Order: sequence, then C-alpha cells, then structure tokens
Amino acid sequence: MAETHSLQDMRQQAAITAKVFIQRDYSSGTMCQFQTKFPSELENRIDKQQFEETVRALNNMYAEAEKLGSQSYIEGCLACLTAYTVFLCMETHYEKVLKKIAKYIQEQNDKIYAPRGLLLTDPIERGLRVVEITIFEDRSLTR
Amino acid sequence: MKNCEYQQIDPRALSVTPLSAQNLGEKKAQSPRRKWEVFPGKNRFFCDGRLILSRQSGILPLTMGLIVVTCGLFFAFDCPFLVKHLTIFIPVIGGVLFVFVAISLLRTSFTDPGILPRATPDEAADIERQIDTSGSSTYRPPPRTKEILINQQVVKLKYCFTCKMFRPPRTSHCSLCDNCVERFDHHCPWVGNCVGKRNYRFFYSFIISLSFLTSFIFGCVITHITLLSQEGKSLVQAIEESPASVVELVICFFSIWSILGLSGFHTYLVASNLTTNEDIKGSWSSKRGAEESENPYTYNSIITNCCVTLCGPMPPSLIDRRGFLPPDEPIPAASASDIELPPFRAKNDANMCTQSTKDVLERVVHSSDFPVLCSPGTPKTTPQVLNVSSHAAPTSEPSPSVGCTQQQARQPAATACPPFSRSNKRDSLHSINPAFRLASPSPTLSHTTLILGDAPDTGFNPLH
Repeated sequence: MAETHSLQDMRQQAAITAKVFIQRDYSSGTMCQFQTKFPSELENRIDKQQFEETVRALNNMYAEAEKLGSQSYIEGCLACLTAYTVFLCMETHYEKVLKKIAKYIQEQNDKIYAPRGLLLTDPIERGLRVVEITIFEDRSLTR
Repeated sequence: MKNCEYQQIDPRALSVTPLSAQNLGEKKAQSPRRKWEVFPGKNRFFCDGRLILSRQSGILPLTMGLIVVTCGLFFAFDCPFLVKHLTIFIPVIGGVLFVFVAISLLRTSFTDPGILPRATPDEAADIERQIDTSGSSTYRPPPRTKEILINQQVVKLKYCFTCKMFRPPRTSHCSLCDNCVERFDHHCPWVGNCVGKRNYRFFYSFIISLSFLTSFIFGCVITHITLLSQEGKSLVQAIEESPASVVELVICFFSIWSILGLSGFHTYLVASNLTTNEDIKGSWSSKRGAEESENPYTYNSIITNCCVTLCGPMPPSLIDRRGFLPPDEPIPAASASDIELPPFRAKNDANMCTQSTKDVLERVVHSSDFPVLCSPGTPKTTPQVLNVSSHAAPTSEPSPSVGCTQQQARQPAATACPPFSRSNKRDSLHSINPAFRLASPSPTLSHTTLILGDAPDTGFNPLH
C-alpha cells in the first residue's frame, strides 16, 4: 500500500510541529461525542468544512455504537441469560462499530489528512478521551 | 505531612522528534512487551493480560470460599434427604443458581471496570496550556475544575492529578486501585475490584442471584429440619442428625439480611440511574443547597433506566491490556516518572487514609445508635452529620453508612458499606486542594464546600 508507506516515511522524515487534541463534548451526557469546534492550529492546513465533516461522521458512528435500540437490548438479555458467557464467542455490537470507525479513520488519513501533513489518531488508542491530530512539518511538501 | 507540590509539565521537555530507524532496529531485537506489564495502576493481571484484578483483593478468596462451602454442605447433607422426601429439582435449581453466582462473581472480579488510561504527556501538556491562562510570572496552581452543562444541569468536572486529565462526568478516581474509573460505583473488597461502568451489570446479577441462592438454601434447610422434627423427633434431635444444616442456617441467616438489603439498594440505584458514589455524596439531592439539582442522566422512566444500566451496549475496555508496546514510544520513561510520584503520594495517603478509616470503624463499632439496614435513606443523612461534626469532616461523613450495617454480625454487611466509605472518603479528599478553594465559585454548593472549609483544620493534605 503506497499510501501507508508514504505515511511511515513521512513520520520518519518529518518533524512533528504540534499535536492538536479535540476534546470530548459532554453536553448530551456521557455519550462519546467530540467537539466540532475547529482548532486554530489547523487553519492553514485543512478546510474547516472537511474537518467538521470528519468529526461529525465520527460522532454519528459512536452514537450508533452506543444506541439503545432493540438490538442492544436483545444482546444484553441474551448475555444475561447465558451468564455473560456468550461474549466469549461473539463480538459485541460496540466492537463491530469500533472496527468500522478504525477503517474510516484509516481511509480519511489516506485520502485527506496525509496529503496535508496531518495524521488522525483513533480515539480508542487514547481511551476515547481525545481525537489527536498530529501536525507534521511541511518539509516533504516543499521538497 | 509531605508536600504534594504541583509540578507543571514543561512542554519543552517533551521533545517529540521521532526516533531514527536505527532505534527501531535495536528495539526489535528485544521481545515485545505487552501494555499490561507497564500498567501504572495498582492492578494484578492474569492469563497474559486477559484478566484484571485489584492489587488489594484480600477478601475475594473468602467470598468464594463461603459460597463454595455453603453450597457444598447443602449438596452433600441436605439434598439427599430432600430429594427423597420432596423432588429431584431441588439440587437442580440449587446447581443452576450456584453456577450463575459463581460466573457472575468471576466476571465482576476479573473484568476491567471501565478504567480510563492516563493521559499521554502531550495531552497533559496541552491541557496545562489551556488552563494556565493567567500567565503570571509567579506560578500558582491554576483552577482545577471545569463546568459544563449536561441536560441543562451544571456539572463540575474535576482535574485528576494522577491521571492528568479532566475526569469525564460520573468518573471517579479509586485510590485503592489508583485508577480513574468510568461511572464509578464503589470499590468492593468482596469481589476484589472496583465496580464501574463495565462490570456493574455483573455485580448486580451477582448480588441478585446470591440473594436467590441464600434464600433458596435457607428455605431448603428450614424445610429439612422441619421434616426431620415432624418424624416424631424433637428439634434438638433433628439438629444433631444434621449438624451441617445448622452451619448453613447460620451463614444464610446473616447473609440474607445484608445481601437482600444490598440488592434492594442497588435496585433503587438502577431504577433511578444513580451510582453509589453519587447517592452517598448526594450529588443530585434536591434537598440540599439552594439550587435544585436533578440527576441529568436519568431517563425519567424506571424501565428505561433499568434497560440502559443492565442491558445497554457493552463498552470496550479502554486500557488495551494485551496490546504490544510500540518500540519507539517512551512509555517506560513516562510511566517511570509517573510511577515515582503516585506511589510516593499514594503510600503516605494510603497510610493516612487507612488510619483514619480504622478510627472511623473503631468509633462505629463502639457506638450503637444507627439504623439497621443500608437503606437508600441512610446516606442522605450524611449532610447532617457533616454539619454537626467539626472534626475530620470527611471521615465522619461515611459513618452512617458504615454504622447502618453494624447491627448485622455478618461480615458482608459490615464491610459492604466501608467500601463506599473508603472510596467516598478518598473522593472527598481528592477534592481537597488549596487551589480548589480559589476555583470553586459558588458558596451555595453543598457538602464539598464544607469539606473544603474543614480541610485546613484537619491538616489533610490534598490527595492529588
């Protein structure tokens, strides 16, 4: 995958100028949502619209993971009846959505953020606390 | 008393220049370590990181032993008689309940309760930058609270000095495990772990199934002895014929009160979407303070609250115990410096806290005027206690909940509430911070203000 190789090369060649952290948005409770406020450090790097779209998509996916619908209730009741042993064989709905999120972030990095010298870190690697955006020096782009 | 001096993180010290390829090559020669091996909290890991337990898990073997012994005696001595005289289903039901209890207990004990990983140095520095807006030359610790609005309710987020982040709502730092736990309920020594977001449903099913099991065994043993004495023998003769039944009777009699009480209490908590921590602190009690505070997390429907708490989606473990340490990240260095500070603080704090906890428990044992059951009403009397006592306000606060079970001789009762008291006390001590006083604006805020006011008198140092 040529895209990934260029990311790794970039990481090794480029110096990290800064890291921006998108904090959690707790206005609707303890649900996992991130703030859509556009950080000033990214102003000359990426489109505000693009950034907000990414964060909104992430928020929607996390909302889907934590959705309280019939599917999650059935899963919960089944787990309770089997004394929670069913989780040893089955993947939970949340885990399935997390995989989807990981794929989405990889895709966004490859298509949009890496060409601009940015790198999104999956929030799950930071304990769902922040979305970490690493800003690389523009060295590789100016060459 | 040692000085918990706040140390600002110098962003310049965090040189994040990526390592060159040669470093990667060197590290590859070493065997990759898993993240649980360098986990900074006070936890024990088994099965290569698959199972997690608190380091202070002393009473868990006792819990398991009691359950196994009681059920063993039941199956060995009472079941043969009852199968002959009643029905074969008695050991079947007993077996099913026992299996359920055992599995729930093991899952509660060995599941990650919802531990939040500590902030990376970059994150911590970023937060420091954001809150240190005063820019004064003489450095003083900046305010450590952040207020947010949840469902039109003002909620204060506290900064955790150990984990170096603002705690999400409903998260609390457990000093016994030295971790921030999401939706922290309490630290239960009987299961040897914290009870939080991820294992609350297991804990609840454990106590409910244990209530059924103890009631069932109690009922069966009573039936056994009754049937024996009906066959023309006296009660004493019946007991002599089956001495094991008396043992079971005693154990079950004392556990039933405490376990049923605890189940009732937690059913109330589940139905109102509260945690033990919040209930004891009275965070959402509308009786205290000038402000009407309602629980912003409740769905205002008992069924929805129950479904959400017990059958909601199962969140993943955030600490990634079995992941491999990336070779180029300076995790050992960071955790070493992190580990240096917290054990130093935690050791002294633990000494201080255990000493005062012992004092509280001693005082409680000697006093004898507390209500019987650990009912929901009891914790709400804590504010009055706080108001009245001037000495060591945080330590006296949990005494009603400790003392409320003091009339049960049975162990589970006496120690079911001290977990609440201990973690609660630690939480209240957590909030004691000289900088906190500068930060907390409204004097109308409930008991935290009282604690703050008393803190200098008692000479308690801020835990963090």
